[in-house]
Amino acid sequence: MSLTKKLLLDISSIDMVFPTPKGDFTALKGVDLKINKGEFISLIGHSGCGKSTVLNVVAGLYQATSGGVILGGKEVNEPGPERAVVFQNHSLLPWLTAYQNVELAVKQVFAKTKSAAEMKEWIEYNLKLVHMDHAMHKRPDEISGGMKQRVGIARALAMQPEVLLMDEPFGALDALTRAHMQDSLMEIQDELNNTVIMITHDVDEAVLLSDRIVMMTNGPAATIGEILDVKLERPRSRLELAKDAQYNQYRSEVLTFLYEKQRKV
Amino acid sequence: MASLISRLITRKNESVIKAQLPPFVVNFFKAVTLPSIGILIFLLFWTVGANNIDTSLGKFPGPAQVMTQVGNLFNEHVESREKEAAFYERQENRNQARLAKDPTYKPKTRTYTGRETFVDQIITSLITVLSGFAVAAIIAIPLGIAIGLSKALNTAVNPIIQIFKPVSPLAWLPLVTMVVSAVYTSSDPMFAKSFIVSMITVTLCCIWPMVINTSVGVASLNSDWVNVSKVLRLNAFTHIKKIVLPASVPAIFTGMRLSLGIAWMVLIAAEMLAQNPGLGKFVWDEFQNGSSDSLSRIMTAVIVIGIIGFLLDRTMMQLQRILSWDKTTEVR
Repeated sequence: MSLTKKLLLDISSIDMVFPTPKGDFTALKGVDLKINKGEFISLIGHSGCGKSTVLNVVAGLYQATSGGVILGGKEVNEPGPERAVVFQNHSLLPWLTAYQNVELAVKQVFAKTKSAAEMKEWIEYNLKLVHMDHAMHKRPDEISGGMKQRVGIARALAMQPEVLLMDEPFGALDALTRAHMQDSLMEIQDELNNTVIMITHDVDEAVLLSDRIVMMTNGPAATIGEILDVKLERPRSRLELAKDAQYNQYRSEVLTFLYEKQRKV
Repeated sequence: MASLISRLITRKNESVIKAQLPPFVVNFFKAVTLPSIGILIFLLFWTVGANNIDTSLGKFPGPAQVMTQVGNLFNEHVESREKEAAFYERQENRNQARLAKDPTYKPKTRTYTGRETFVDQIITSLITVLSGFAVAAIIAIPLGIAIGLSKALNTAVNPIIQIFKPVSPLAWLPLVTMVVSAVYTSSDPMFAKSFIVSMITVTLCCIWPMVINTSVGVASLNSDWVNVSKVLRLNAFTHIKKIVLPASVPAIFTGMRLSLGIAWMVLIAAEMLAQNPGLGKFVWDEFQNGSSDSLSRIMTAVIVIGIIGFLLDRTMMQLQRILSWDKTTEVR
């Protein structure tokens, strides 16, 4: 974690109301969150509580009904590559190879600042970062689910975003692959120290990866219930932490919030 | 009975072959044997059936008569080509002889006007269907993309498409004929009027399935891909080129295959009705001719029409296999 705490992203009193045929539906009510540069934030909550809505507002894919998002002093009004998104279902373009998928993003972002050779190098660097350099000329239907998600992360990282938004990035993967991906993500995070907002419904994942865990109340009119600071030393190892008392304390705090205070009825 | 025979044959063969041969040989054997058995049984029923139908033009043609006609029709074509070559040779000799006598003579060349042979008619029909199909694709695919992208345009255009889609293009035929006669009046036309009429008829029936399939393909674009495009801030042109178009290729091909199949059926009927050159005219001419060979010649045309339709569909399928990224779509 960076020592100089610099405010990067300010989510201030966001309300989100969706008009439906049966009348308005208030999804979010008064969501307030300040995120510093280099912080890793997890959003956790029961399904349907509006975690994704928060992320989509930050991404600019939704417009908040009231309140707003300020990134580095500028208001967010529309989607853009400085807020790259890793989608749950990888959302790679199936007619392009892994390399071409990343290339599409790189060409769009660096067309004016990088030469063709530099772009090629940058694409390969990012695919190597997620350990996909061996299969970069394969199409999405030729690689496994975990590998697709790796390419999705490489595509997002290659945009060199100010904030990386991840919408349940490992939700569709099996437990072993997921653990492997989490380790990879921590490794990348050590190197790049990105600012990340990740949605998850996995308590272990949240504690293992985050600097802060933002716990959301149940909808409708969901908001932030509690924020937990995770002060575990980095680099973190899942094996050592499994026996760590503090780790288990954090874990039980999140579980208590989810299954006692905000129990789904 | 048929299934019993085929079961007996395949079982026996399988057990013998499986013992010593690798699986691909067995598969090949199956792929060849089963259809062969099917065709043989069909030919048997056809022969027996044909022998029992008497018409005013003699017995209904069986496989043997059709085979004879295939030979005849091909020979007629070869003869006609020889006649044509001979005609031009005579004309050339005559012109040269007159030029030698009188250097101021301007040689006249006349085109050969023999009757079109069966092979000529096949070629005419194929050219017509492919041109009509191509024109339809040029109109329908951009239109389909526009309709798929814009909900407003879709709502505006949809009633028109839904009304014109079920209309048989043959109903258009008289209108098309009259309009082409009135509008296409050039002293030296590049294409024959009959060709233009048939082609427009084909285009009219190809357009609807292509527009509908393309627009559905575009409209059902995966929302994740749209979000990717938004996050990357792709402009409208790049969005269509890099996301919309490749994503809808499978749907576009489905529409194209569908419409080519319909077009081939409609074209034959249109040629019969309008007396435009092509396989349809061949069938109609033979019917009017009413000789003892007519029925077997028509039957030959029926089978050729079927084979060409099948080959057109297979070609589209192969194109789809090569060009479409979605290898999971069932191609049958």
